[in-house]
Amino acid sequence: MDEKKFTPAELMIVNAARLLQDGDHVFVGVGQPNLACNLARRTHAPRLVMIYEAGVVGAQPARLPLSIGDPTLVSGATSVCSMYEIFTLYLQRGNVDVGFLSGAQIDRYGNINATVIGSYSQPKVRLPGSGGSMEIAAWADRIYIMAPHQKRRFPQAVDFRTSAGFLSGKLERERSGVRGKGPQAVVTDLGLLEPDASGELILTALHPGVEASQAIENTGWNLKVAGELRITQPPTDEELCILHQELDPQGIYLKSE
Amino acid sequence: MTKLCSLTEAIQDYVHDGDCVYAAGFTHLIPFAAGHEIIRQGRRNLVLARATPDLIYDQMVAAGCAQKLIFSYLGNPGVGSLRVIRAEIEAGRLGIEEYSHFSMISRLQAGATGLPFMPMNPTAAGDLEKVNPNYRRVKDPYSEGEVVVVPALHPEVAIIHVQRADEEGNAHIWGIIGEQKEAAFAARHVILTTEEIVEHAIISSDPNRTLIPGLIVDAVCQVPFCSHPSYTQGYYDRDNAFYLEWDRITASPEQTQAWLQEWVFGVKDRAHYWQKMGEETHRRLKVMPRLSATVDYGEY
Repeated sequence: MDEKKFTPAELMIVNAARLLQDGDHVFVGVGQPNLACNLARRTHAPRLVMIYEAGVVGAQPARLPLSIGDPTLVSGATSVCSMYEIFTLYLQRGNVDVGFLSGAQIDRYGNINATVIGSYSQPKVRLPGSGGSMEIAAWADRIYIMAPHQKRRFPQAVDFRTSAGFLSGKLERERSGVRGKGPQAVVTDLGLLEPDASGELILTALHPGVEASQAIENTGWNLKVAGELRITQPPTDEELCILHQELDPQGIYLKSE
Repeated sequence: MTKLCSLTEAIQDYVHDGDCVYAAGFTHLIPFAAGHEIIRQGRRNLVLARATPDLIYDQMVAAGCAQKLIFSYLGNPGVGSLRVIRAEIEAGRLGIEEYSHFSMISRLQAGATGLPFMPMNPTAAGDLEKVNPNYRRVKDPYSEGEVVVVPALHPEVAIIHVQRADEEGNAHIWGIIGEQKEAAFAARHVILTTEEIVEHAIISSDPNRTLIPGLIVDAVCQVPFCSHPSYTQGYYDRDNAFYLEWDRITASPEQTQAWLQEWVFGVKDRAHYWQKMGEETHRRLKVMPRLSATVDYGEY
């Protein structure tokens, strides 16, 4: 039997959606995380609440938002507040369960760089910077990271620590006193990385048809493989149908990497 | 007392070379028309502060208005990078002062509430704190812990776009309210641009919606379609196609300058710009109404 092929975006969005629980309050970005949240709401997590850094709580987007401040996030939402309120009353106070993040570089302890490649004062590439991610990484209970599995994206150490994963290990994060538990999973187009007891990201699952060696070759540190390596369930017809027909009919985010 | 004036007069009176300017609005209500008027008037050496510089500051930097940016997210939202600003920073020609969204907004919150600084819980990330000396750590006087603090920001002028205001500058805003109120209260002067001028009775019919009171407003300018290609909730949609198009335009400095010539220097004001945009754009950005339920304040 031929194995059905899925695009990297489909694999990442479907597997990210499955990490979300019904009732989660999720601080969500645009693009793939937005699709993952909407997919979860239409399948196993109908009571999931989407929170946007623009100050929107309980968004019910009727169309795919291009920007994080799209008007479709407001119409029909439960509440709209100021940015100061969303970052204090919701995030700093501990009312956010899940934060989705990505970045140009993610290191072996889940620290993220979204600021510069090269040195800060003379950057080779100037990236957008923190936005909300510095605080989301620190204060949401659980962090999920979505990123395509490429060696340059998963270096041994990041050039700039925009947002905290486990720093140099779980102990250091615990000592820092930040309230969130840090990265719980990195969803890539090859599989899942999850922290071991020390906070180091190890390969815990592969998507169907992927070999562990592919993940190892595309990681910048010596990637450890979990004793019980899981195989993720392939995206179902229902999941794919919701993604392609309802959520992103033009394929804006489903086509991209 | 009426504070009505033209946008040209307001920029002449309240935006000067070297000023720190905060053109407010998180994705929503970005006062593009004011940015274009500042470009037309040839302001130089401005310190441009905004959480998200967005296309408005990319355009002002391209026109040579700025010496420095204060910001927290330097992207073309949903599209990619702000190419002009990115190139200027990579070439070392534009000064930067960088924050996270929360610390940027906290600077405004301190400024708006008359405090010298604002405390925040530490985030453990550390590297922004290292490169920006405005981040400090102070001991929590009530525990053994520390808090991170950032100083108050007091822009010389904040530019705030709203759906409707009366002639004194009492203004209703709905939709994403971002950092509008904090920026207005933090600034020394406030230029208010508004889609509509309404009777005071409209404002006072719904006082909970008055985010900006006239007492802090210096100038009131009626500027319909002020925020295009950003949007005004309930009035017109965000022009996502233009945000994508800007990425293509700014691929070359010549195209960028040609765009400024045509759409900023080549038009006399926002009404002219909007007319020049044409009917296809007007139709494309039209929104259908979706009214809220009315509330009863009661007669007392």
